Amino acid sequence: MTLMKHFLGAAATLALTAGAVAAEPAIIFDLGGKFDKSFNEAAFNGAERWAQETGGTYKELEMQDEAQREQALRRLAEAGSNPVVMTGFAFGDVLAKVAPDFPDTKFAIVDMVVEQPNVKSVVFNEHEGSYLVGMMAGLASKTGTVGFIGGMDIPLIRKFGCGYAQGVKAVNPDATVVLNMTGTTPAAWNDPVKGAELAKGQKAQGADVIYAAAGGTGVGVLQAAADEGILSIGVDSNQNYMHPGSVLTSMLKRVDNAVYEAFKEGEALTPGINVMGLANDGVGYAMDENNASLVTAEMQAAVDAAAEKIKSGEIVVHDYMSDNTCPAATF
Amino acid sequence: MDYATLLQLLDTTLRLATPLLFACLAGLYSERAGIFDIGLEGKMLMAAMASASVAFLTGSVWVGMFAGMAASLVLAGIHGVASITFRGNQLISGVALNFVASGITVLIAQRLFGQGGRTPPLAGDARFEAITLPLAEELRGVPVLGPLYAEVISGHPLLVYVALLMVPLTWWVLYRTRFGLRLRAVGENPAAVDTAGISVVGLRFAAVAITGILCGLAGAYMATALQAGFGREMTAGRGYIALAALIFAKWRPVAALWACLLFGFFQALALRPDVVEAVVQVKVPVPFLDALPYVLTVLVLAGFVGKAIPPRAGGEPYVKER
Repeated sequence: MTLMKHFLGAAATLALTAGAVAAEPAIIFDLGGKFDKSFNEAAFNGAERWAQETGGTYKELEMQDEAQREQALRRLAEAGSNPVVMTGFAFGDVLAKVAPDFPDTKFAIVDMVVEQPNVKSVVFNEHEGSYLVGMMAGLASKTGTVGFIGGMDIPLIRKFGCGYAQGVKAVNPDATVVLNMTGTTPAAWNDPVKGAELAKGQKAQGADVIYAAAGGTGVGVLQAAADEGILSIGVDSNQNYMHPGSVLTSMLKRVDNAVYEAFKEGEALTPGINVMGLANDGVGYAMDENNASLVTAEMQAAVDAAAEKIKSGEIVVHDYMSDNTCPAATF
Repeated sequence: MDYATLLQLLDTTLRLATPLLFACLAGLYSERAGIFDIGLEGKMLMAAMASASVAFLTGSVWVGMFAGMAASLVLAGIHGVASITFRGNQLISGVALNFVASGITVLIAQRLFGQGGRTPPLAGDARFEAITLPLAEELRGVPVLGPLYAEVISGHPLLVYVALLMVPLTWWVLYRTRFGLRLRAVGENPAAVDTAGISVVGLRFAAVAITGILCGLAGAYMATALQAGFGREMTAGRGYIALAALIFAKWRPVAALWACLLFGFFQALALRPDVVEAVVQVKVPVPFLDALPYVLTVLVLAGFVGKAIPPRAGGEPYVKER
């Protein structure tokens, strides 16, 4: 027993000193998983880019269930990781509780504002990017009906849907936007079967372009759209390559840039709120060889013109989260 | 709600009811032989992972399907050894296998493909394609029945029809064959079966093996027909819904079909809140629709909708001599 105690003590000291010397950054991925081809994968790509450029190493953790959040945060902070970056709004409450306990550690959270002196909150103007892909959907739709499939029914996802609906209505005021949410629990981020069925249901209602803002669930939506011969729109990462010729475009949310910047700043991370929008390339839409044949020059011109107007403030896209209402759609 | 919408709902119902039906019949064989099986979920998950991985690696959905059945059989075998040979607690064995499957599927898929426990998307021959039944297009013009045949009955992957055929087959096996009689007897009174000189252990293992095969088909259907690949926890509790359907059907094959179709219909409804709202004129919360199958099952168990009596020797290991 005493021997055991010695061993444990030695191991703990070792871990502590190792942490104090290295102070490597850490990232925690949310429930969708590191390879969700979307939100978390973008974060992973950002971390990888930092690692390649600097030759540094970083710690990573994937959430397996809700209960792990606080434990994971504390463990990384205690192990000396600095800064600790986490992706996902669901960390908000936990971080607000944990951050004061580690005043010397810097934290960065994506998609949520946590007002603590050692936390950097990165939020995105998803409604602006969604507005642009909504315009594209409206221009590409032949039936005048387009679809939106969200992941978990939370204000953030409604913000995507609301911006999208506004974009659709901007180019086709008579268009119908069919809105569905996958579920009300975090499992809704990873239910491709339900995503596929929702997409088939929307197609039956006449939708011929479907925008999936649903993390891993979107994989099923894109698959079903390809099976049914209609168009889909990816989210967060560039998902055009997943079904070339079927994915109209992807709403890019540069979570990779956010993570990359946070890692680069390292321990000197500036706390505060960082808003990433169209103007500073935080959001956008994806064009590559996989969707070149789907997007006409006129469509691209129209969308680019709108993007300029949003940047200059001529077009103001309503943000659902500002007042929990949407002028273009009802949830 | 117009006719086209109804047909679309029924089409979705049939697609979603198929994995439930496979799993429900799987549970039926096992429980009728006196072995409770909570592990349907785990077996489906295991089969889904194995079938998607092998289908991707070999490019053949058939090889994938058999791999899925084999993987499911392995778990069924462990359950059999634990609960029949070693007379362990059947519920605990089933729960344990569910946990094992939940973890090991992601582990293996991650090791093989390195895509976060997901298999790469399947395409072409690595996937069950929808089959158009003969005369579907020709009969489409027939009023009412034509569209029903073309939209709902035709145009599904092969395994959907296999699942439907399993229902009369199961009925025939259970009620018209010697094996079926013995299987039912071993679930009610194993001592009597033993007295007649028939191996209780052999019969129960046979039942558990059939369960494994059917769960394998359920998993293969989910990964290679309904979806194009395996994802973490992709069965999403369908094994438990199948158990609920089994109780709802009072352990009878034809009733199991209706129970699974009903539960599938509820799932289809939950996907179309707009239709529900149009019919009942009230905005019904989606979680309520999701909960309906479970509410119904509780009602059945509480004895409000007839009485559900499980096989009498269910859950109890058979001890020859005391």
